Amino acid sequence: MHVSRKINIYRTILNPFDRPCLRATYMKASIIEEVAFQLIKRASIVLPKDVKVALQKAYEEETSKLGKTQLKAILDNVTAAEQMGRPVCQDTGIVSFFIRGRSLDYKNFEEALRRATIRATREVPLRPNAVHPLTRKNSEDNTGAHIPGITHIYEDADHIDLVVTLKGAGSENMSALYMISPSEGINGIKRAVVETVASAGGQPCPPIVVNVGIGGTVDLTLKLAKIALIRPLGTRHREGEVAKLEEELLTLINSTGVGPMGLGGKITALDVKIEYAHCHTASLPVGVNIQCWADRRATARIYPDGSWELLS
Amino acid sequence: MAEYRLATPLREEDVRKLNIEDVVYVSGVIYTARDMAHKRLIELAERGQKPPLEMDGSVIYHAGPVARKLDGEWEIVSAGPTTSSRMNRATPLLLKYYPVRMIVGKGGMSREVAEALKERGAVYCHYTGGAAVLAAKCVKRVARVEWLDLGMPEALWVLEVENFGPLIVTMDSRGNSLYEKLELEVRDRLRRLLKW
Repeated sequence: MHVSRKINIYRTILNPFDRPCLRATYMKASIIEEVAFQLIKRASIVLPKDVKVALQKAYEEETSKLGKTQLKAILDNVTAAEQMGRPVCQDTGIVSFFIRGRSLDYKNFEEALRRATIRATREVPLRPNAVHPLTRKNSEDNTGAHIPGITHIYEDADHIDLVVTLKGAGSENMSALYMISPSEGINGIKRAVVETVASAGGQPCPPIVVNVGIGGTVDLTLKLAKIALIRPLGTRHREGEVAKLEEELLTLINSTGVGPMGLGGKITALDVKIEYAHCHTASLPVGVNIQCWADRRATARIYPDGSWELLS
Repeated sequence: MAEYRLATPLREEDVRKLNIEDVVYVSGVIYTARDMAHKRLIELAERGQKPPLEMDGSVIYHAGPVARKLDGEWEIVSAGPTTSSRMNRATPLLLKYYPVRMIVGKGGMSREVAEALKERGAVYCHYTGGAAVLAAKCVKRVARVEWLDLGMPEALWVLEVENFGPLIVTMDSRGNSLYEKLELEVRDRLRRLLKW
């Protein structure tokens, strides 16, 4: 298929020196396809443990009565979805994959991920969400130009970590990119993030997860926010200064009073995660990607011999 | 924050008693309707024709269900609420032409809708966004489906429900809107939080 020959720009950005490597794990496409299918299925039905723990904690800590009714309904829904084997939300979102590992046989990989998406749409089933942006014609199988999205993050390891995220439109629509003045500094970053959350109100289905990309160039800024998206809740950035900003932002957001589903309360966000890149001395891009409470992601580690395990 | 259990068709006097922040569970029959069904309902009324459903005391649910046919019977797989603001333009006309008593959705609706609710004697209720399986569990039976030509999500699904909820009254029949009240509070807090 001609689509598979497109250049993956983000691979180039994140790993400019990446070269096809003889040590690379040329895994069988059939294994990749099977793992990817299992991951999509799991992600659509079962929330990751870190998300379930965060929702439970939110329910216990929320003091607003209305907010508590919403968190109770969310927890009941999560349990019912697992018991009945049904997608946790009817908007099963847009499928995106993240691959952490060395260079790989990209063409085969992309084909396998595409086939897995088509199969999952039919068998789970997922709602067919992917449409042409101009004609609005639905492909009916959740694939299309550049979809499912694939991001390669270089890591020098023999195994590959494959992550899938399913992201609904309600929260994605509330995302934003700011080009703030560098002189505004950290306060400017805080203002951008908190105002995005406050003006979104109940629309992105809070409690949300706020994933922020800081610095870079505009494309990289938002890609960094997406890389923050695949980091489990409750984990802090490896650098103290960034970790501190994550915590300060979480406190600020949870002081706005937006609350669960925007009905008021103290739990507006479950977590804030940041990734950064150096940027031009004259710019300070901030990308804010909002994730609804149904933070659907699943991760597997695939070994060179073709065996694999579910990580979350 | 009183709790009510109401049965359809809803009576105007029961609906007018509801205040914002009240919790409601509905049993009986509800109709799903999104953008296209709203358009068709309004067109019918403007042509002086009757819709295929009894609209007196009805409950309109903003949802596009995923349904499947098992042994010739429809089953609702998931039926979470969709974003109501897309129906902001159509709703005042819907309420003008039909005695709808309750609208259920997520995210809230405009000031124009608040005024139309007041005029008609109806309320808007919030249902937890994404709670698709929970909603499907409240559906006991698909009584029938109309206008399937609009596509599965846009069709009018007539659902028999039991204790459909918890629904939170967020816009009452006196023109009050919880969204407007909360937005002012959030803006006020923001001004203090971002003062440096």
